[in-house]
Amino acid sequence: MSLSYSGRARELLESAGAKDYDLLRVSAGNRIYEGILMPRPEILDDLHIVLKLSNGYNVGIDIEKISSVEVLGRARPPERPSPPRVPPREGLPSVPIVVTGGTIASRVDYSTGAVKPTETPEELIDLIPEIAELANVSYVPLMAKLSEDIRPEEWGRIAKRVAEEFNSGAGGVVVAHGTDTMHYTASALAFMLEGLPGPVVLVGSQRSIDRPSTDAVLNVTAAVRVAAEGQMAESVIVMHGSTSDDFAWVIRGVRARKMHTSRRDAFMSVNEVPLARVTEKGIEILNPRFRRRPSEPTEVVARVEIEPRVALVHAWPGIERGLLEAVVSSGYRGIVIAGTGLGHVPNRIVDEIGAIVESGIPVVVTSQCLFGRVDLKVYATGRRMLQAGVIPAADTLPEVATVKLMVALGRGLEGEELRRFMTTSQVGELTETISPSAYPPCFSGGA
Amino acid sequence: MVDLDYRELGLKVGIEIHQRLATREKLFCHCPPFMRHDEPHLWVRRRLRVSYSELGSIDPAARFETLRARVFEYGAYSDSTCEVELDEAPPLPLNLEALEVSIEVALMLNMDVVDEVHVMRKIVVDGSNTTGFQRTALVALGGESSVIETSEGEVRLSTLCLEEESAYIVETTPQGARYRLDRLGIPLIELATEADIRSPDQAREAALKLGRILRATGRVQRGIGSIRQDLNVSIEGGARQEIKGVQELDLISEVVRREALRQVNLLRIRDEMRSRGLSPSSFESAETLDVTELMSESKSKLVRRALSRGSRVLLLKLPGMGGLLGREVQPNRRFGTELSDYAKVFGGVAGILHSDELPGYGITEQELSSLYGEAGLDRSDAFVLVLASGDKAKLALDAVRRRVAQAALGVPEETRKALPDGNTAFMRPLPGSARMYPETDVLPVVTGPLVREILARGLPEMPDRVISRLVTQYGLTEDLANMLLDDGRIAQFERIVSEISGLPSRFVASTLTSTLRGLAGEGVDVHRIPDSALETTLRLVAEGRLAKEAIPEVFRRLAENPELDPSDLAASLTMSEEELDQIIRRVLEEEREVVQRVGMRAFGRLMGKVMSVVRGRVDGAVVSRKLRAAMEEMVGGQK
Repeated sequence: MSLSYSGRARELLESAGAKDYDLLRVSAGNRIYEGILMPRPEILDDLHIVLKLSNGYNVGIDIEKISSVEVLGRARPPERPSPPRVPPREGLPSVPIVVTGGTIASRVDYSTGAVKPTETPEELIDLIPEIAELANVSYVPLMAKLSEDIRPEEWGRIAKRVAEEFNSGAGGVVVAHGTDTMHYTASALAFMLEGLPGPVVLVGSQRSIDRPSTDAVLNVTAAVRVAAEGQMAESVIVMHGSTSDDFAWVIRGVRARKMHTSRRDAFMSVNEVPLARVTEKGIEILNPRFRRRPSEPTEVVARVEIEPRVALVHAWPGIERGLLEAVVSSGYRGIVIAGTGLGHVPNRIVDEIGAIVESGIPVVVTSQCLFGRVDLKVYATGRRMLQAGVIPAADTLPEVATVKLMVALGRGLEGEELRRFMTTSQVGELTETISPSAYPPCFSGGA
Repeated sequence: MVDLDYRELGLKVGIEIHQRLATREKLFCHCPPFMRHDEPHLWVRRRLRVSYSELGSIDPAARFETLRARVFEYGAYSDSTCEVELDEAPPLPLNLEALEVSIEVALMLNMDVVDEVHVMRKIVVDGSNTTGFQRTALVALGGESSVIETSEGEVRLSTLCLEEESAYIVETTPQGARYRLDRLGIPLIELATEADIRSPDQAREAALKLGRILRATGRVQRGIGSIRQDLNVSIEGGARQEIKGVQELDLISEVVRREALRQVNLLRIRDEMRSRGLSPSSFESAETLDVTELMSESKSKLVRRALSRGSRVLLLKLPGMGGLLGREVQPNRRFGTELSDYAKVFGGVAGILHSDELPGYGITEQELSSLYGEAGLDRSDAFVLVLASGDKAKLALDAVRRRVAQAALGVPEETRKALPDGNTAFMRPLPGSARMYPETDVLPVVTGPLVREILARGLPEMPDRVISRLVTQYGLTEDLANMLLDDGRIAQFERIVSEISGLPSRFVASTLTSTLRGLAGEGVDVHRIPDSALETTLRLVAEGRLAKEAIPEVFRRLAENPELDPSDLAASLTMSEEELDQIIRRVLEEEREVVQRVGMRAFGRLMGKVMSVVRGRVDGAVVSRKLRAAMEEMVGGQK
C-alpha cells in the first residue's frame, strides 16, 4: 500500500509509519479517533488527515491538533466473495466487451470507500445479470483511459482489437468507453473498420457504476442486446434515450453527439433519426437506412492509418488574421472550421484561408449549428470562401469531419481525391437529404 | 397501559431527531427548500441497482431492496426542482448556511465540531433518493460535556450530522413507489443521543428538550413532518430496534412503552417455545402444502374472492406452535400480526390467516378440522395460510417460516415503523453499518473559520433563557412563551411586535399559537398560510380594518388558498357601521317587549343575538358599545 498524502500531513503520517487504509488511533485535542486512513485527493490541503470512523463517516482532522498517531492495524484487502463463474450457453452469440476505460469499468469497495476497476466479466455480470441472458459475454481489458486522454493514434488499437474479435467469431462487439469523446472514437471505428459482419457498439455511463442509480445497467444491457441481436453492421453508440430508465437509442456513430454535460440522455442523433430504440422487449427499428449484417461471414479489415495533426477551429466574432496561420505553423496538416450559420467565417480571414489552401493544407468547412447543412453559395462571404478553396462538408458534424480528415490524410489522399472523399458519404456521415423529423423537439413543459 | 418496571427490564433508549432547516436553498443545489401541494409537472421512471456480491456480507437492508427489482417514479417541478434532484447533474458545493446552523446547534450542545466535514454517500435503495444514496456528513461528535439534563438523569449526545432530506413518498405501488422531488435535498440535522434513556417518559422529555434547543436557533422549519424522531429501543435479553418516523412528541413515550412490552412478550413466547422443546431447527424443513382444492368449496368470501382471481391457497405447517400465534404482543397486535408483516413485506401479499384465528373469516370449524387433517397436524400445532399467486405465496411463507424460527431465539433486530396508536410494524431488516463511501462530487469543508465566526457573533440563547426573556420583556405567561418556542414562532412574534404598533404582545402571541393550534385541531392545514399573510392579517387588525373575531376565518381561508390577499378578505369580512346599526335596530325591535320589561338586564340576551349575526365581522367591543347606547336610548325613552 502507498501513502497518498503530501506535504506536512505526509511527514506526520510517514513518521508514524502509516499507509493508506491502515487502521489508526489519532489523539487530537481532547479526543481520540480510531479509523481507517483514507487517501486524500491532491487538490485538498496538506493540513488534514482523513479517517473513516467505525460509524462509516469520514472526518478530516487538523494536523495542528494531533499529538500522536499510532498504527493499530495494516490495510487488509476487502473481504469480497468472488462472483460465480458463468458458463457459456449454447445458442447465444459471443459478445466480447472491449474495455477502454471510463466509469463503466469501476466498482466501489464500501468498507474502504475506494473505487477500483472491475477486472472480470463476472463482476460486470454480477451487477448486470441480464447480459448473461443475451450473450456469452467475455471481457477484454484493452486500456484504462479517461476518454479525454485518448489520442487519435489509440483509435487504431481499438479498431484492430475489434477486428480481431470479429475475425475470431464474435457476433457483435461492445466497446466500453468514457463518454466525453465517445463520438470521436465511434466515428474513427466507422471509417477504419471495413467489412463489418455485425455491430460495433460503443457504450458508457453518465452516472458511474458504483452508484445505485447508475445508467450503466440499462446502457450495457441495451448495448449487449444490440451487439447480439442488432441487424446494423456499423459502428453505433447505445446510450439512454430519456431521463427515465426506459429505453436506449441506437445512434449511428458518425451521427452522434454528446449534447449535455451530465444527463443520462446526453447523446443525440444529429441530422438523422436514430437507427433504433432498445427497450426490455427488444430492438425497434426507427430508421432502416443502415448497413445490414452480411449473409456470409466476412473478414474485417482495420485500416488504421491516421494523420492526427488535424485542428478543429471555431469561427467566432473575435477570430482575427493570424490564428489559422499559427495553427499551421505549429504543425497541423489539415484544418476543420466549425463556421457560423451556413458555415461562414469573417470576411477578414478569407484571404488567409486562401493562402493556407494554396500551401497544400486542406480546409474543411462545417457548421457550429450542428443541425442542418453547410451552404456557401447563399451569401457573398460563402462564395468568397469557395473561391479561396475550402471544402464544404455538407451536414457532416465538425467532430466527425475532423476524424474523417485525419483518416483521409492518413491514407495519403490529396487534391481532388481528398475533396471527393470529404464531400461524399463514406459511412453515412453525410446525407443528401435531411428528414424533417431529424430535429429533436425541446422544451416540453414550462420553465 | 400499565407501566412495566423499566429499570428492572434494562430498558435502553436512544433518540435520533431529524429536523429540517429553514435555509434559503437546498443542501446541494439552489432550489427552494420547501414542500409543495400541487401536482408535479413531470414524472420520471427509474430503477436502482446494487451489486449482489458487494452486499453479500455487507448490507442486508440494501440487499433486501435490490432483490425486489422495483420501479420508482419521481415527480419533478419545472420551476422549483432541477437536474440535481433528478440525479442528472452533480451536486453543487455543500450549502454553507446549513452547515453554519448545524455548527451552531453543535456548539450550543458543547459537541466537538470536526475540523473538516466530509460528505458521504449512504446507500439507501428504497427509492427515497434518486441517486440510491443519501448524502450525509458528520459535523460534530459528543464529548464529556455534551449532555442534556432530564429529571431522570443526563443523556449524552453522540453525533450531529447534516443530511439531505429524502424524496416525499406519494404512494407505494405493486411495482415500486412514487415520490415527489420537492422535499429531496432540504437540509436536515440528524442529532443522535447515546442509549442513555431508561424510561418512556424520559424519552419524551429528552426529545422535547432537544427539539426546543433546535428551535431556539430560530433557523429551523416548522410544520408537520419538519421534525421527526427515530427511536432505538431495547431491553435486556431483547434486541435493538430502530423505530422510524415518530412525528408527534406525545407518541414517543407510548411507542417506547409498547416496544418494551412487545419485547417482553416475544421473550415469553421464546420461553414457551423452549419449554415445548422447539428450536430454530424445528422449522428448518417446515412443509408447505397447496390446499387450494380442499378450500375450493369454501363459503368464505375472502377465500372465494381470492380463488376467483386465480390465487392459490398455501399452508405452512408450524408444529408445536398451537396457541402461540394468537398471543398478544402489543395491545391489539398478536404474534400472528408480526408474521403477517413479514409475509406482506417479503411476499407482497395482502396478509395471512393463521390457525389461532380460525374458525373465522367465514372459514368453518369443519374446514379447520379438515385443514388440520390434511396437514397431519393436531391442535397443539399451528399453521399459516396465504392466499396469493404461487410465487408470492411461497416467498411470503418462507419469510413467515424464518420469522418463526427466529422466535425460538428471541427478538430479531429490525427497522420498524411507528403506527398512529404507538404500536410498531416491521419495515425491513436493520441495515449494516458499512454502506457508506465518500461523495467525491462534493469537496470537504474546513470548519475552523465558520466556528470562529459563530463564536465571535455569539451563540443563540438556550431555551430557558429565551423563555425568561419573553416573560420579562413582553409580559407573556411562561405557557405562552413555551408555546411560541414549541411552535417555532419566536422570531415571527418579535418581528410583529416590533414592527406593528398597537397590538398587545399577549394577543399577538396567542394568535400565533392558540388560534393556529385551535384551527389545526379542526383539521385546517395552518402551515400553508404564508408568514407574510399572517403578518398582514395582524396589521389589518392593528389598523382597525379587521375585527379580531374575524382572524380565525381569515386564517381558515388563507390555509385553503394561500394566494389570497388578507386585505381583500378583510374587506369582505368586515361589516360597515350602517349595516351594524341596522342589525342592532332590528334586534331591538324584535326584543322590544323584553327590553321594556326588564330594561338593561336584557343586555346579555340581545348581545348574544346580535353577535350570532355579526360574529367574526365586527369587534365585540364595538357591538357592545353600540348596543348598550341603543338600549339605553330605548329604556331612557320609555321613562
